[in-house]
Amino acid sequence: MTLFYLFAAVAVIASLLVIAQRNPIYSVLLLIASFGALSGLYVMLDAPFVAVTQIIVYAGAIMVLFLFVVMLLHAPAEETEHDERVHPLRRPGPMWFGAVLAAALVVELLWALTRAGGGTGAFPAAEVISVRAIGQALFTDYAFQFEVTSILILVAMVGAVILAKREAAKP
Amino acid sequence: MPTLNDYLILSAILFAIGTAGVFVRRNLITILLSIEIMLNAVNLSFVAFGRSLGTADGQIIVFFVMTVAAAEAAVGLAIVIGLFRHRESLNPDTFTSLKW
Repeated sequence: MTLFYLFAAVAVIASLLVIAQRNPIYSVLLLIASFGALSGLYVMLDAPFVAVTQIIVYAGAIMVLFLFVVMLLHAPAEETEHDERVHPLRRPGPMWFGAVLAAALVVELLWALTRAGGGTGAFPAAEVISVRAIGQALFTDYAFQFEVTSILILVAMVGAVILAKREAAKP
Repeated sequence: MPTLNDYLILSAILFAIGTAGVFVRRNLITILLSIEIMLNAVNLSFVAFGRSLGTADGQIIVFFVMTVAAAEAAVGLAIVIGLFRHRESLNPDTFTSLKW
């Protein structure tokens, strides 16, 4: 239980800092810390495959892609019509509205969760779901979805190349 | 031992943090990062539900969510790069016209 609170605290605090940082590079690095804590939670949930994939794919590939773009664009400061010295979360107007909406969302979700009946929600004893079982399900029951996902990745790759391509010089 | 409710509450809090990031920040990169936070909150509840039901389906859905997130990040960042080339800005408030 202590370990759960430790990982949960790291995940929540790191995520809060992600949206509180001025510099996107710190945001990306803090999000990697948050993903590390989430990976620990996946291990506690007997899901080693997801925990490893979280580190390799999310922290290793997607976040590095973000970091690469942040460094490529080289635009650390957030540009607004407000005073640059004021922290982004302290600026007036829609910022407050967004914070209020998020707080309302938390209250709603917690209300829904506490109203849900049906036992304490304790996990039943079960064996760890092995990578073999996941792979077997992935290539039998979910084979069609798996192939569709590969086409999605191909489309995304082609789309990213075309979008990021410099426009050819007009003759 | 932490129960299913604990994981769901943590997932709800993380999702709300991501939502707040989308609403509050005016930086395209940070908004995309907030979307990643939301996707991970949903992943956590999928894995927790899968553990509660004792099936592998939750983890498989997480696998698909991760691939979709990778595709979304690639296309989204390509769009961000294209927008930045046009306007030299990452503030979404500067992109108000559909064509220029």
